[in-house]
Amino acid sequence: MGPVPPHPRFQRDLSPVGRGALRGTIALGKIQPSMVESIVPETDASSPAVRLRGVTKTYDSGVMALGPLDLDVKRGEFVSLLGPSGCGKSTALRIIAGLAAPSTGTVELAHHGTERRGSHRIGFVFQEPTLMPWATVRDNVRLPLKLARAPVADADMRIDAALDQVGLAEFAGAYPRELSGGMKMRVSLARALVTDPDILLMDEPFAALDEITRFRLNNDLLSLWRDLHKTVIFVTHSVFESVYLSERVIVMTARPGRIGAEFRITSAEPRGEEFRTSAEYAAFCREVSHALAPSYAGQAGA
Amino acid sequence: MKSPQDLIRFLLPVAVFAAGLVLWEAIVRAYGIQPYVLPSPLLVLKTLVADWPILSQSLGVTLLTTLEGFVAAAIGGVVLALLFNQSKWLEYSLFPYAVVLQVTPVIAIAPLLLIYLQQQTAVIVCAWIVAFFPVLSNTTLGLSSVDRNLAGLFQLYGASRLQTLLFLKLPAALPYILGGLRIAGGLSLIGAVVAEIAAGSAGAGLGLAFRIAESGYRLNIPRMFAALLLLSLAGIVIYGVLALVSHLLLRRWHESALGKES
Repeated sequence: MGPVPPHPRFQRDLSPVGRGALRGTIALGKIQPSMVESIVPETDASSPAVRLRGVTKTYDSGVMALGPLDLDVKRGEFVSLLGPSGCGKSTALRIIAGLAAPSTGTVELAHHGTERRGSHRIGFVFQEPTLMPWATVRDNVRLPLKLARAPVADADMRIDAALDQVGLAEFAGAYPRELSGGMKMRVSLARALVTDPDILLMDEPFAALDEITRFRLNNDLLSLWRDLHKTVIFVTHSVFESVYLSERVIVMTARPGRIGAEFRITSAEPRGEEFRTSAEYAAFCREVSHALAPSYAGQAGA
Repeated sequence: MKSPQDLIRFLLPVAVFAAGLVLWEAIVRAYGIQPYVLPSPLLVLKTLVADWPILSQSLGVTLLTTLEGFVAAAIGGVVLALLFNQSKWLEYSLFPYAVVLQVTPVIAIAPLLLIYLQQQTAVIVCAWIVAFFPVLSNTTLGLSSVDRNLAGLFQLYGASRLQTLLFLKLPAALPYILGGLRIAGGLSLIGAVVAEIAAGSAGAGLGLAFRIAESGYRLNIPRMFAALLLLSLAGIVIYGVLALVSHLLLRRWHESALGKES
């Protein structure tokens, strides 16, 4: 299964960077040792961190869930994938993470440093906190380092730093069941950050939280993103959340999910609670909602 | 005993037990029932004390058999489940036979085992056959009910099979394994008793069940009751110990243990 040429309607050039500039990239899902060894350290900061070309996902049942999807995400960019349930946005995220294989198309992740496996450069936050109930907060955050067999002293330092970043240093010894939903999500975030990944993939991470907690986590995520310069791909079904957080909102169509519209969200940085009540925020939300409406209409008619 | 309700819950069965004993004693006395028909509770207690040297020795034999059968069942059940989890083909090939072994009444298998195996071995194998299945099926269930996203996370971070087994599957399966072991404890006692009774006529058995059968032939009914009492107590203690171990291992994190704590 080779790459499928993108549908003309969805052909777009989001990034000024051509394919030739993508040095040191690997195709996830078909990593071969020889390819990994020959990686050239990536230095060009303007090259995309994530590049999808003609990615589709068809289930065994024959249902086409996704695509074809072409997507470029710049380094350090905060992109939201916004769409109705079942539009394949989570599937797209799992494909980028390498947790699912695309039926057709290619996924390329920019790669730098000396890590042998591209997957170590990805942090993933699921919709549920997905913590190990038998382990303390500290041991949950330790997991990625333990699996990579990182030296204990170094791991301890990184864990402390990650717990500090999400404001949970005091709860290192607690078990997940002793924490609130928002705190569990923070642990999940700390675990994703502890490996210092280039790319942070978030799959509706705050969908199950109450509004106040969600707003606080939104703000904390924004300030982490500003401090740490991660590339973030954030999947959500909330217009308000996507506009509040992102530099770019990608509105997806109903199944099979494709890119329906794109918005650049520009505002006077840094964003905060004032942005949430500003007129420009409201205007963006109205526009994005308008673009999203057909996705829901299509779904209701299906 | 925190609240009056807890106290009542504890006292009621005790009261029923005491009332039953008093009634039993009264009926035996009132109707002058002979001990070889129905011994009174007091006589059973006296017999237990008088025959303690013989009975305690038999208790030791039965408990040892039970323990050996239980350990074999625990190891066998968990190891088989782990193998099944690693290889679907192995599971498809062997699981039906595990079911066959489970559904065939052990009392019918025991005489055959006694022909082909040494008696002590046969008794342990009997205990194993009865007890291993709940461990196997519970562990299998536990290993396959791992959170899908957690499994994805392990995959994302490039965990090896061994790491996934040790750090994810086994801890996730622990509550299920412990549940299986709790059932297996009682069942291995049953397996040991069944095998002892089946072996009784063959001669050299010395366990409690053998004492029951032997006392029956001799119409020593009080000793039958005393031995039965000991077997019952052994079963309760085994269950209690396993429940305690399970509670201690899970109390920090598992839902099943939370009610007792908080």
